[in-house]
Amino acid sequence: MVQKASVISRRIKETLIKNIFAVFALFSIVMLGLIVFFLFREGLPIFRVVSVTDFLFGPFWYPTYDPPEYGIGPLIVGSVVVTILSSLIAVPLGVLSAIYISEIAPPRLKEVLKAIIELLAGLPSVVLGFFGMVILAPWLQETFDIATGLNILNASIMLALMAIPTISSLSEDALYAVPRDFKEASYALGATRYETITRVTFTAALSGISTAVILGMARAIGETMVVLMVAGGAAALPGSIFDSVRPMPASIAAEMGEAPFGGDHYHALFATGIVLFFITLAFNLVADYISNRFKEVGSGTL
Amino acid sequence: MKNQPIITTKNVNFYYGAFQALTDITMDFERNRVTALIGPSGCGKSTLLRLLNRMNDLIDQTRVEGEVLFEGRNIYEPDVDPVEIRKRIGMVFQKPNPFPKSIYNNITYAPRLAGIKSKESLDALVEDSLKQAVLWDEVKDILGRSAMTLSGGQQQRLCIARALAMKPDVLLMDEPTSALDPISTAKIEELVDELKESYTIIIVTHNMQQAARVSEYTGFFYLGKLIEFGLTEKIFTNPDIKQTEDYITGRFG
Amino acid sequence: MNEQSLMKRRYLKQRAFFLIVRLSALVITLALVGILFFLFYNGLGAISWDFLTLPPTDSMTKGGIMPAIVGTFYLTIGAIIVALPLGVASAIYLTEYAKQGKLIRVIRVAVNCLAGVPSVVFGLFGLGFFVVFLRFGSSILSGALTLGILILPTIIGASEEALKAVPQTFREASLALGVSKWATISRIVIPSAVPGILTGSILGIGRAAGETAPIMFTAAAFFTAVLPKSVFNEVMALPYHIYVLATAGTHIEQTRPIQYGTALVLIALVLGIDLVAIVIRSVIRRKKRW
Repeated sequence: MVQKASVISRRIKETLIKNIFAVFALFSIVMLGLIVFFLFREGLPIFRVVSVTDFLFGPFWYPTYDPPEYGIGPLIVGSVVVTILSSLIAVPLGVLSAIYISEIAPPRLKEVLKAIIELLAGLPSVVLGFFGMVILAPWLQETFDIATGLNILNASIMLALMAIPTISSLSEDALYAVPRDFKEASYALGATRYETITRVTFTAALSGISTAVILGMARAIGETMVVLMVAGGAAALPGSIFDSVRPMPASIAAEMGEAPFGGDHYHALFATGIVLFFITLAFNLVADYISNRFKEVGSGTL
Repeated sequence: MKNQPIITTKNVNFYYGAFQALTDITMDFERNRVTALIGPSGCGKSTLLRLLNRMNDLIDQTRVEGEVLFEGRNIYEPDVDPVEIRKRIGMVFQKPNPFPKSIYNNITYAPRLAGIKSKESLDALVEDSLKQAVLWDEVKDILGRSAMTLSGGQQQRLCIARALAMKPDVLLMDEPTSALDPISTAKIEELVDELKESYTIIIVTHNMQQAARVSEYTGFFYLGKLIEFGLTEKIFTNPDIKQTEDYITGRFG
Repeated sequence: MNEQSLMKRRYLKQRAFFLIVRLSALVITLALVGILFFLFYNGLGAISWDFLTLPPTDSMTKGGIMPAIVGTFYLTIGAIIVALPLGVASAIYLTEYAKQGKLIRVIRVAVNCLAGVPSVVFGLFGLGFFVVFLRFGSSILSGALTLGILILPTIIGASEEALKAVPQTFREASLALGVSKWATISRIVIPSAVPGILTGSILGIGRAAGETAPIMFTAAAFFTAVLPKSVFNEVMALPYHIYVLATAGTHIEQTRPIQYGTALVLIALVLGIDLVAIVIRSVIRRKKRW
C-alpha cells in the first residue's frame, strides 16, 4: 500500500474538513442561542419594574405616560385578532389554490400559478403595507363608512396576502407528495376526481397541510411592516373588526426609535420581543413535530 | 491450476440496522479469474460485492463482522483507508453512471486527483483505457464531447475505461449489463473475457447464461447465505446442492 | 334511472368544487396583478433618470432616491457575503457528512426555528448584539450581518435541496475510483449543485433587499446627505424610505408620488431578482440530464 505518511495526512485532512463543516452547521444553533440570550439580556430588566403577570396581562400600554404602564395585554390581543382573522382568509384561499395547482390545473397554467404565488411571496412587506395604506384603507373607509380604513380588517387582508404563499406552496408540496398509487386505486374503484381529491389525496396530505397552515399563521403573527402601517396603532382592546389595534411587532417597530436606550421602555420592548419570539417558536416547533411524525409514518409504511 | 486468492472473505456477516443481509460468508476470489455471484434478487450478492471495496461504508447504520482480506490484509481494520482500497479495487455499476463531463475528463478525473499531471501521460492513459474497453475507435474523435451524449452501452464501456484508468487489480461489476440491450451486453461480455488476462473480475449477475459464459467460478447465494461455490462448469452441470440445481434450472427465483 | 341521477349529483358536486378552487386561484392572481397594477400605474410617472440618480432635496419632498438605492445595494451585498458561505457550508455538512442522529436533528430544528423568527425580532437581536454589544453602531455592518442571519435558513434550504438533487450515483462513481470524500464533494457534487445554490442565493438576495424591520434599528437612516464612506456608516434604504415617507413627517400627501416611485423601484428590484431566479431554475429543470 502506498506510502503510509501520505495516507495518514490525507485522513487527517479529511477529518479536519469534516469538522470545519460541522462548525459551520452548528452556527445556526449558536445564532438561535444568541438571539435568545440578547433578547433576555435586554428584556429581562423590565421585570424589576413590573411583574411578569402584570406585563403579560396588564390592560394598559402607556409606556410614555407618567407614571408609565407596561401591560402588553392589548398588544397580544391585537396580534391574536389579526392573526385569526387573516387565517380565516388565507387558509381557505391558500389550501384551495394549492389543490387547484397540484391536482387540477393543466401543466402550463400550473407553472404560471406557481410563479405567481412565488412573486406574491416575494413582495416586500413594506410595499404591501403601503398598498394597504394608500389604496385599501380609503376604499374601506368609503365603502363601510367608517372613521378610518387603518383597522383590523385591513391588516388582516394584507397579512393574509403574506401568509397565502406560505400556506399554498407548502400545501402543494404535501399534495404533490401523495403517491400516485393511492389516487389510481381510488379512480380504479370508480371514484370521481372530486371524490379522490377530497377523500384520498387531501386526507393523505393532511399533516403536511396542517404544517403549512401553522407556518402561515406564524408568518402572520410575526409580520411587522403590514401591521405597523395599516393596523391603526391603537393600543386598546378592539370592539369590532373596524377598530384599530397595535399588534406586538408594530409596537416594537414603532416605539424602539423613540425609546431611550437602556430605559424601562426599551427593556419593555425587548420583553415584548421575547413574548413574540416564543409564540412563533412554539408554532414552528409544533409544525416541525407534525411534519416529522408524518415522515416517520411515511417510512413505516414502506 | 489453482491460483493464489487475491481476496478472501472469512465468516463475514453484514447487517443493515437489525436486518442481517449476509450470514457467514467465506470464500476465496482467485487472481486473474472471473468469479460470478448469482442468486435471486435480495439474496445479498450485490451487498457482498459492495463489501469488497467498502462501498457499504456510505450507508448509515450498517455493520460488518468477520474479515475481508485483500492481499492478506483485512480491509476493515481501523487504520485502513477505504480510499486506498478503492484505488486498487475498481467498480462498475448497474446503470452506467458517467459524470456530466467530457469523455476525456471522465477518464482523467480520478488519475488527476491521484497526482498524474502531465498532458502526455493523461493522453496516453485515455487512449490506453479506452482501447482496453474497446471504445477507442468509436470515440477517439469526440473526446471533448459530453459523456451524456453516448449511448447506454457506450456509457457503460466508458465507465469500465474510467475504472481501468486507475490501473486497479480487481474490477467489481454489479450487474453491468442489466440496463443494456443485447448487442451492448454481448460487447461487454467479450470485454470481460479480454480483461481477465490482466485483472481479477468479480461480477454480480442475475442472468445465468451470462454467468455460465463469462466466469470460471460461480457462487450461488440465497437469503444472505452462500449456498454453493465452485467451478462454473460444475455448478451449472452437476451442482452438489438441490437448491442450486432448482435455481439454475429455473424452478424458482 | 336512480343510479343515473346519483352520478349526476356526484358530477355536480365535482363541478361546484372545481369552480371554488379555480376561484381561489383567480382571487390570488387578481390580488397580485391588482397590487402591481396600482403601483405601476401610480409610480411610473415618478420614475425618471433624475429620480434614480439624485439625492432627496427640500426635506425629502423633492429630488431622487439615489442614496436609498445605494444603501439597499450595500446592505444586500453584505448580507449575501455573510450568508452564502455559512449557508452552503452548513448544507454541505447536513447532506454530505452528517449521519442521521440527534445532532443533525437538532441542527435541522434550529434552522427551521431560525427561519420562523419574526423579522422584527431579528431587528431587536441586531440592535442588542451588533449595534450595542459589539459596538458596531447603527451601520451597514450591523444591518448586513442582521440581514445575513435572516436569510441564512433560505440559503441553507436551497443549497441542501440542490445538493440532494445531485444523483447518489455520481458520488458512488467517484468514491469507487478511489477518490477521497472531499475531492468527490468539491469536484463532482458542488459543481453539479451550483445552479441550484445560485437560485437559492438570488431568492435570498431578493428577500434581503425587501426587508424593513431588521434594518430599522440596525442600519437605516432617515436621511443622509452623503453616500456612506465605510461599513460603519448609516445608510438610507429603499424599504425604510417608503415607510418613512408614508408614515412620518408633515408632507405625507405631498410626497405621494415619491412614495409610489420608491415602492415601484423596490418592487421592480425585488421581483426582478426573483424572476431571474425563477427563470434560472426552470432552465435548469428543463436541461437536467440526470
